[in-house]
This record gives sequence, structure tokens and C-alpha cells, in this order.
Amino acid sequence: MSPYMWMWVAIVVAGVLAWATKYIGHVVPQEVLDHPRVQRIAAYITVALLAALAAVQTFTTGQALVIDARVAAIAVAAIALALRAPFIVVVALAAAVAAGLRALGWG
Amino acid sequence: MARLNPVRQQALSVSLATGAYAISFGALAVAAGLDVWQTMALSLLVFSGGSQFAFVGVLGAGGTAAAAVATSTFLGLRNGFYGVGLAPVLRPMRGWRRAGAAQVTIDESTAVALAQPAEDVAARRQGFWWTGIGVFVAWNAITVVGALAGQQIGDPATWGLDAAAAAAFLGLVWPRLASRSAQWVAAGAAVLALALTPVSPAGVPILAAAVVAVVAGWPAPRTRAEVPA
Repeated sequence: MSPYMWMWVAIVVAGVLAWATKYIGHVVPQEVLDHPRVQRIAAYITVALLAALAAVQTFTTGQALVIDARVAAIAVAAIALALRAPFIVVVALAAAVAAGLRALGWG
Repeated sequence: MARLNPVRQQALSVSLATGAYAISFGALAVAAGLDVWQTMALSLLVFSGGSQFAFVGVLGAGGTAAAAVATSTFLGLRNGFYGVGLAPVLRPMRGWRRAGAAQVTIDESTAVALAQPAEDVAARRQGFWWTGIGVFVAWNAITVVGALAGQQIGDPATWGLDAAAAAAFLGLVWPRLASRSAQWVAAGAAVLALALTPVSPAGVPILAAAVVAVVAGWPAPRTRAEVPA
């Protein structure tokens, strides 16, 4: 199979798993997922994965750790979030900062 | 607008606000190498913002499709718990209705449903369905716009789309950092992922960060304030 077809397989599998995860919550007896430890770990998994994704997306290119325009952009995004800016504004600001710095020849 | 009660108004405004950032997802997915059809399929089938951004984020960083699926699925685990939290609101449910409810069980539909007074089950149910279906329609429609725009713009770095992806993850994690313990988990996960990046295949550092969550969540919290939201 071509890489393009494999990507389709991955998309469909991700979709089925996403739906199955949601569906299980609607059919299991309530006690099963009510365990405090299970709930704590589940909440932390969301935090851990999102934080790791943010870090990798900001500070790496391939397997190298790098400092470039993205670092300035994420700093501006953090300030915007602290000021309670809407999500779409935060994302657009970060893109604008990185694009602006690169247009000036940095990062 | 005269016929829109407060629950429906809330559902509608959440739908539009959430749908709007599908434009960044669409553009980022195309920048990561997916075509417009694949991008649309992700929004239709996966339909969970964090999982979708993660899927294309792992691909964009050079990770394998398998790593993208795994990361996307782990990030979607929380949706499983939403169904449990919604049980008093939505059960009993059967067949297609339950299958449909599952598809639109996301952060936003759960939040709007549970934001209604606990004793008003009808309002909670209405909040869930109006927000779930509203976000589904807006999210999928605006994904197409983002993907088509993404096709037109050439090198994504010139437009700062790589930085936009980083900011999207920061924006998604931000509301979950209210407690000190969550902040430590986030910091630990970020440091671990960066430390592993030079020495492991793409995608692995992010999955490994889940270990931090298990280690932090295993022991019972000493104080009430440590329980994550």
C-alpha cells in the first residue's frame, strides 16, 4: 500500500478509536470509571500530552532542540492567554509574531 | 432570535467560538502533509480538537502514522469520562441516539450541559445536544475553509503556522493548569519530552510524557486542592 493509503487507514483507525472511547463512557456502569485514581490519571494525561506537544512544537526541529522565532511567539501567546484572550486570537497572534520575525530575517 | 432560550444562546455562541479555530486546524493539517479530504475526514471522524491537533502535530514533527494515532487516542481518553459524567443527564439511551451522542461528547458539549442547574435535567440535555451538534456543524464546515486556505499559502513557516500549532497546544492546556499539581505535571511532561527528543524517534517523546501523568496521579492527593479539575 502507498503511504497515502496508509495515512487514510491511520485516519479511519484514529476516528474509530476516538468514537469508541466516547461510546464506552455512555455504556459502562457508572462505578467503573468513578475510581478517584483513574480519574486523576486521566485528567493528568490530558495535561501531560498537551504540555509535551506544546514544548516539542516550540523547541524542536526534527530531533534537534532549537531556539527560533517560535519561542517569541509562544511567549506572546502565554501573555495573551494570561490576559484571557480568546483561543483564535492567541493562535493568530503567535502566527503573526513568528511570521513577522522571520520576515525581518530572524528565526 | 426571539425563540432562542438562554441554553440555546449559550450553545450557539460556544459553537461559533469553537468552530472558528477549526480554521487553524485545517491549515495546520494541510501544512503537515494531509490533503483536503483527509483533513475533512479527521474532523468528521475524530471530532475532538486536542486529538486532531495532536495527530497532525506528530505527523508534522516527522512522527509515524502509528504514533499519530496513539497520541490522538490518548488525548481523547478524557472524552470517555465525559460520558460517565453525563449519565444522569442522558441515560437511558439506545441505538443510533446513543451512537450519535457519543460522537458529539466533547469538552464543549459536556461543559455547557453541566453548566446548567443540576435539578434542570431538560436544560442540561438541551445544552448537550445543541452544543454538540452546533460545534460539529461549525467545526466541520470551517475545517474545509482552513484546509483550502492552507493549500494556497506555500511554506507554512513563512506564515508562522508552526508557531500557531505550538500556541494551539498551549491554549488547550492553559485552562487545565488551575491547580499547582497540574502545573507540575505539565512542566515535568514538557521537560521529559524535550529531553527525549534528540534520542528517540519522533512521536515517542510525547507518548512518554503520559508516564508523568501516571506517576503524578497514582498516589492519593494529600490535600483537596491537589485534585485536578
